[in-house]
Amino acid sequence: MRRVRTNAADLLALGALAAYAVPFFWQLLTSFKPEAELLRLPPLLPSRLTLEHYRVVLEQSLIPRALVNSFGIAALTTLLALVLGLPAAYAIARLAVPGTRALLLAIVASTAFPQIATVSPLYLLLRALGLRDTWTGLVLVHTSFALPLTVWLLAGFIREIPLETEEAAAVDGAGRLGALRWIVVPLLARGLASAALLTFLFSWNEFLFAYTFTASEASRTIPVALALFPGVFEVPWGDIAAASMLASLPPVLIVVGLQRFLVSGLLAGAVRD
Amino acid sequence: MTARGRGDRRLGLILLSPTLVALGALTAFPGLWVLWLSLQHRVPIFGVARFAGLDNYAFLAGDPRFWGAARTTALFTVGSVALELVLGVGVALALARQRRGRRLALALLLLAWAMPAVVTAKLFEWLYHPAAGLVNVLLGGRALNWLGDPALALPAVILADVWRAMPFVALLCYARLLAIPAELYEAAQVDGAGRLATLGRITLPLLARILLLALLFRTLDALRAFDIMFVLTGGGPAGTTETLTVYAYRGLFQMLQLGFGSAIGVVVFVLVMAVAWAYLRRGRGNAVAA
Repeated sequence: MRRVRTNAADLLALGALAAYAVPFFWQLLTSFKPEAELLRLPPLLPSRLTLEHYRVVLEQSLIPRALVNSFGIAALTTLLALVLGLPAAYAIARLAVPGTRALLLAIVASTAFPQIATVSPLYLLLRALGLRDTWTGLVLVHTSFALPLTVWLLAGFIREIPLETEEAAAVDGAGRLGALRWIVVPLLARGLASAALLTFLFSWNEFLFAYTFTASEASRTIPVALALFPGVFEVPWGDIAAASMLASLPPVLIVVGLQRFLVSGLLAGAVRD
Repeated sequence: MTARGRGDRRLGLILLSPTLVALGALTAFPGLWVLWLSLQHRVPIFGVARFAGLDNYAFLAGDPRFWGAARTTALFTVGSVALELVLGVGVALALARQRRGRRLALALLLLAWAMPAVVTAKLFEWLYHPAAGLVNVLLGGRALNWLGDPALALPAVILADVWRAMPFVALLCYARLLAIPAELYEAAQVDGAGRLATLGRITLPLLARILLLALLFRTLDALRAFDIMFVLTGGGPAGTTETLTVYAYRGLFQMLQLGFGSAIGVVVFVLVMAVAWAYLRRGRGNAVAA
């Protein structure tokens, strides 16, 4: 009897959460609805499903190019943030650098920086450097914005690795860098994956910088292309729905397939001193 | 100090320097530059750039549009953060009782959090469509113009933001709930505490610290929010959803008043830092136990 009741409660909770996700599923359904039925409601369900909107978006819009830009910029941002952030995190976690506490405080404070406050100087800076509307420009600003969180996360994950494992390596004659390369990095795989996922998501989703520092399809990312999605006479709701689904693809894959890393990253980022 | 200690210090500085250079050049330097910009009268297209002292701030003090944006920011922040915390705790309590299907449950929940805010805005624009939107149909075929009616637009934007951000609060609380030892609840049961008493005396007090942290994170994010209202309503109708960030953006890149827009950006910056400082003072920098 008790088991039946727990099962019913579980199903009820899942049903409630599925209802919570309805805005997403509704857009998913819309992306497959025939054009003529879009503005007719009820009925809720379409008479047939069509791939027409996806065909239009993929063949006649700038969305595919924006997806390529977003993927490239997010991947490069992730790589750069890890390459810069891992050594810094190791230094903070393990080496007696003077002023570590103040440094950590500064890093935490810079995660609170509002983008709207730095968007104007960064605009002037990128323009002066000739980096407006380039991948390089966006990768640089995205990296600088993601870096504090990356360092913070990785420093926390490194501290969780028992010090003895590294000391054993020191006895074997490996220096600090040897220990970092051969002991810490392999043990850090999970933490690196979490930090990489969060950085990738941040860059993929980021709008204000991408909107301000890009000017053409050369570097426009998917959120920008979606915000600027053109309608000639009326709003192309079906095409926008299809484009939204394409823009949601990496986040959805991460939530479904790599959830463990996402959750551990989110929690570690939030709940350390 | 041992040779190893000195070596460690030098190595540490070398390892830190790339990050310090990057943050210095792309965060700290712009952070100072914006203060300087906000003291200027600067209109790039006309080649105007001169020192203006506190003129921009003096103008803001008497600018009704600025105070309207400040009020909208306050309403948006209080409304969305309050709803997110209340709903988040509720969802976390339900999730923690879940026996099977937790992965699926978390996937459904985090979906809203993980997607770009621009997509959220597009989702809700379609849901709020006056004629063909799901919201009006579910309300029994009403024809409410959610994003076009000055009385409804801000609540509509808040709702979209709550949908997007509540899962984060729920996840934090959920993780904290899982860490509460079962013996505590058993002891409460032995003492004859009812469900409500257990919730009020055990669960909520243990959630207090993580809720305070969620309150901080969400307040900072709500003060800085930009994408959701910029894409969903563009600040309209009649400026009813124009927050400080949207006003700053319009000042910078539509009126092309770089100094004036920067001054609004600095105001947001100061607000955010004041909230973070108040939190740190309260928490005295304590470790937040998860």
